[in-house]
Parts: sequence; structure tokens; C-alpha cells
Amino acid sequence: MALFSGLSDKLNHIFSKLTKHGKLTELEIKTAMREVRIALLEADVNISVVKEFVAKVSERAVGQEILKSLSPTQQVIKIVNEELIALMGSTNSKLTFTNPPTVIMMAGLQGAGKTTLVGKLGLMLKKQGRKPLLVACDVYRPAAINQLKVVGEKAGCTVFEKGQGNPVKIAKEGVAYAKSYGFDTVIIDTAGRLQIDEQLMQELEDIKAEVNPAEILLVVDSMTGQVAVEVANTFNKRLEVTGLVLTKLDGDTRGGATLSMKAVTGKPIKFCSVGEKLGDLEPFYPDRMANRILGMGDVLSLIEKAQEAVTEEQAKKMEKKFRENSFTLDDYLTQFETMNKMGGIKDVLAMLPGMGGKFKIREEDIDEKQMLRTKAIIQSMTMYERENPSVINSSRKNRIAKGSGTTIQEVNRLLKQFEQTKQMMKQMKNNRMFRF
Amino acid sequence: MGLFSKLKAVLTKTRDGVGKKLNEIFAKDKLGEDFYDQLEDLLISSDVSVKTTMEIVDEIRETAIKEKCKDKDYVVELLKSELYDTINYADALEVKSPAVIMVVGVNGVGKTTTIGKLANKFVKEGKSVTIAAADTFRAAASDQLSVWAERAKVRIIKHSEGADASAVVFDAIESAKARNTDVLIIDTAGRLHVKTNLMEELKKMDRVVKREYPNANYYKLIALDATTGQNAYNQVEVFNQAVGIDGIILTKLDGTAKGGFIISLSYELEVPVVYVGTGEKIDDIEDFDANEFIEAMF
Repeated sequence: MALFSGLSDKLNHIFSKLTKHGKLTELEIKTAMREVRIALLEADVNISVVKEFVAKVSERAVGQEILKSLSPTQQVIKIVNEELIALMGSTNSKLTFTNPPTVIMMAGLQGAGKTTLVGKLGLMLKKQGRKPLLVACDVYRPAAINQLKVVGEKAGCTVFEKGQGNPVKIAKEGVAYAKSYGFDTVIIDTAGRLQIDEQLMQELEDIKAEVNPAEILLVVDSMTGQVAVEVANTFNKRLEVTGLVLTKLDGDTRGGATLSMKAVTGKPIKFCSVGEKLGDLEPFYPDRMANRILGMGDVLSLIEKAQEAVTEEQAKKMEKKFRENSFTLDDYLTQFETMNKMGGIKDVLAMLPGMGGKFKIREEDIDEKQMLRTKAIIQSMTMYERENPSVINSSRKNRIAKGSGTTIQEVNRLLKQFEQTKQMMKQMKNNRMFRF
Repeated sequence: MGLFSKLKAVLTKTRDGVGKKLNEIFAKDKLGEDFYDQLEDLLISSDVSVKTTMEIVDEIRETAIKEKCKDKDYVVELLKSELYDTINYADALEVKSPAVIMVVGVNGVGKTTTIGKLANKFVKEGKSVTIAAADTFRAAASDQLSVWAERAKVRIIKHSEGADASAVVFDAIESAKARNTDVLIIDTAGRLHVKTNLMEELKKMDRVVKREYPNANYYKLIALDATTGQNAYNQVEVFNQAVGIDGIILTKLDGTAKGGFIISLSYELEVPVVYVGTGEKIDDIEDFDANEFIEAMF
């Protein structure tokens, strides 16, 4: 059961033997930090970065008072989390604009997603009222120019291309074209290249020297492994990049490369690319990323929200139901209402670790209007039916459907979802973090 | 000069020589904790998973203690041979005609480029090849594939952008059957394995192949980018569940990333690596050689 076997579980296990200690001792911290180290490595944070980070966190954690409201596990996670966020920096998605035209240049390995990003960035800037020109300087990959043309058209941006010419010259001509035709921003797409390819790295330096970009964005695949440090370091040394962009964050990677690259370059992460559509470009949120790297979703905010929404008494009652697996349709309804108080089911689900992939939650399952119908269906059942869903036969279903203004299919679907939820509860019940 | 000797030359430069580091530690502390820690770091920094690393190094350590071994080189050899045994369990892929090869993977791993190289390789082996441009999603993907088809001098079947990928597969199969083509290679759109609808589309293509060409030898290969970290495992697992994966193509091995995740993959999922991609030129593809792969890590 991989779903919740994250860092918090392991730490819970370590700390399960200690109760009510006043302070975190060195030995406890050391044991806990071993798990933190593994969690970070499993998330693809670079090994040298991990070592430095763990040393720093240990230093801060030893001797700290345990806050009353937190368990030792939560305390350690809190420190780790805070340090991660501090390391990844604040939200900074602002691009620097100079006297027009502002030149923005892309750089990165093959397949990082530069061309798609150029389209996304073009669309974003256009929406902000700017007039971007996309310049095709990837003259090596077959059809890269065509790809940029298609992407540019979708984004409604003009694309400047000169075929398979000299990229340095094309960049220069692109900027001149922008000046003559009133484009205030120039986005330069470049070919993907290995950081050890001397000739192509030189080419980037030449482009930079020629067009003097206000922004040089290093585009990195969020699934990158240990090599992220070396890649970011080399690109940064040669080009002095101004920011990082993470792509493919809509996958299930933990994204530890983010931390590595930030640590080694000190440059802000400006955007995250989160989908196949051109609009799928987001600012970077260090707190979300920290949770993701630790493999715990946004558990901390979830705990906070749960504390606000659920009274102590309710929580105890619910925990008992979890344990005894005596969860009824009435409780199901209560759960829905609680979720609503916590900001809606979409918010809650988004905060749960590993939720996206494992349970295959589809859009239609979390439609909030659907929830009102669910409420109507359950409220059209008798108390007996709510406690014993198995008695609901087709004639009862018919009555319920009529009573709630829905269809028999919808009643069936609800009953099925309820069964699935019960299954989920069963799997979750052993997890301490979720006994609220 | 083989690829890996070229690669090794690069690595020695960028890596500060793992051997040198091991020598230094050994000089100070013999075969102590630090030495084994260093071996662990070596594997982890090659993207071998923490779990696999610890298991393998623990095993080596135990063997060394049991055999009262004091020789550093012997321990390193032990490690190498353990790694070798882990990944070397499959023979080279033998593509028998008539064959259908479907190449799948997440975005940007190099599927299209790999297909160009594979087409060229089969042509050189005297086989007739057709490629199907079933990536109808990414802008200009079929243009890119057309360039490769031209370079390899093979036929390409394509529809317009946004067309149904399964329809392309269907047409390509009809064409391959009619012409007795030895190898049909299907390019698919990159898709993140967490996107349920795209994985369903892939399953549909898979069904079309099975239904329309039951007598073909059907190979499903996943392209993995060597620069990827631990997510490679999820990728193989989910694609494997969706359509069943027969082998891995490890791309971009000409960089400094080692693709050590395949060791963990072999440990747990038993999907063999069949080809490696080593550059952007049409000949930059080779059969996987476990020995060379391990050597390049050290």
C-alpha cells in the first residue's frame, strides 16, 4: 500500500516509542533525519544538496521545544518543510521588461519542453496586453520550426523564422524585425542541447552577446534526476540565467530536481508548466513544491483546515466509525458537508498526497453541483436505508430517484461511490495523519 | 572507439573520478563505513533508487566480511558483477518479420528521433520498414517524423494533425500487410502516464494492432530519458499496466546522466533494456550492453 507510506508514516513509526518528550534529542533527530534523507533522495534531490540540507535542518531541530499542538513527527516535518520553502525562495513570477523590445531567451536540454513553453509564454504575455514575437532559432531538430509556427498560431502570436540558417543571425534579425514592426517582446526558442556540447553552448553565448536578453530562462523537465545539478550549474555558469521554468509538473514526479537547481544556481523559479494546453502555465508556489517533494501533498494545510471545520466531538465519532468500518450513508453526507466547509472537495483532494493518480478521480466525480444531487438522493432515503444500503432494491431506488428528482442510474452511481469510499476508508484507517 | 569509451572520457572529466575518491577513502580508512557510504553515493548519484542501492551495497558488504576481504578492487568488482547480474537477464531483442513495434513514453523523451534511428537500423539489416505517425497531437510531430522517414528512406503513413491516432494505426497496418512490410514502427504521442484519457487512447491503439494484425510479432517498447530520476519507475509501471511493455529504449545516454534507474527497474519490474540512444545522428542507436553500461557508471 504505497499511497500513504510517505515520510510522515516513517517518522510516526520512529517517534511512536517516545511520548511527551519535552525536547527533540540529538539521537531522535538523527534517526528522523535518516528518513528525511531517504525521502529527499527518492524525490530526486541531488545527493550533495541533500547532505547539506539535512545538516542544516538537524542543527535547527536539536533541542527545539515540541509545540503543544504538534506531535514530534509533525514538529520535524514542520521544520523540514519550512527549510525547504526557505530554500526554494518566494513566489517570483515577474519577468523583467526593458525598453522595447524586451528579449526573452530559452535554454535547456533536448525534450525539456522549450518550444511548447514559448507558445505558452507568448499567450500569457499577449493576455497581459503585450505584443510578443516568437523567434525560431532551433534549426537542428527536424520540424522544430514548424512546431513553433503551429504553436504560435494557436497562441495568436507572430512567428519569425529564417529556415535552417545561422541561429545567432536569426536571433539578431528577429530582434530587428520586432523593432521595425512594433513588437514589444521577443521570445527566442533555441535548440535543445547537452550542457557538455561545447559548440552548441558557445552558440548560446553568442546569441546572448548578440541580442542582450533581459531574461534567460532555463527550461527543465521536473522529472529530471541527479544530473539536474550539473545541468543547471553549467547552463548558469555559461549564460548567467535569470530564472528557471519547470515543465511537465502535471505528472506524478516528486520534483526534487527543483530543489537541486535552486540550491546550485540561486535563481528564482519563475513558472511551472502544468498541462498540455497553452493556458497551462502557472506561477511557482514554494510551499506546494515542498510538500510535493516530501511526498505528502498539502497535508499541513489539510490538518489546519480540518481542525477548523471539525469539532473535537465529531472527529472522535468519525474516527470510531473509521475504525469499526460502520460508515453509513448519513456519515457520507456529513463528510460531504465537512468537505464543503473545508473549501470544497476539489481543494481537499488536491491536498491529499498521491491522490491524483492512484484513485483515478475524474472531473465528473468531483463536480460540486453533483454534490447537491448527492445530498438530495441521500435525503430521499429513509433512515433505515441510510444505515443499511444493501436493502435498497429496485422499487426503493425508483422511489428515491423520484423523490430526489434524479434518475435510477444516478442513485446506482451514488451507491457505488459510497461502496468505494468505504473501501478507501478501510485503507486509510491505519494512518494516524488522517484520524481527524 | 565505442560510445561508452567516448562517454567515459566525458565522465572522467565531469565526475572528478569516482575511482580517485574511492582510493582516497581506502587509503585513510580501508574498507570501513566511509568506503561503503561512498559506494552508496556513487549508485545514488547515478539515479539508482535508495532502496536498491542499500540492498545491493549491504549484500556486497556482507560478502566482503564473510570472505574476510581486504582488497578494495575486489569489492568494486563484486559490486559491478552484482549490478551486471541484476540487469543482464535478457538476450538482445530479435525482431522477427512481420513485426509491429509500438514506441510509447512520456513527453520529450525522444520517441520520434528514436524511431528514425530504428527505421534506419532495420533498413540496414535488409528489412523493409514502414512508420506510422500516430502522434497526431503534438504540433508538427508528423513533419518531424517525415524528415526522419526521408533520411532512413522508408515509407510513412500519416493523417492530418488532430486525427484519430487509432485510425492512423489501422491504415498503417493495412498498408504494411498489403506490401508485406517486415517492420511497422508506430510513433505515439508523448503522454504523462497519469493522464487517464490519454492512456485509454493508447489502449485503443493497442487493441487495433492486436485485432487487425494478429499474426504480427508485436513489440511494445517504452522510451525512457536517461536524465530522468525515480519517476522512470512510475512511467514503466503505468505503461506496463496499460498495454504491457516488452522492453526499454534508454535515450540521451550521450549526456552525463547514467540512467541508473534501470537497475532498480530490473530489480523489481523485470523489463529489459533493449536499445540505447546516444546522440542526434541517425546511427546513434545501439543494442544494450549491460557490461558497458555498468562500466560507464564507475
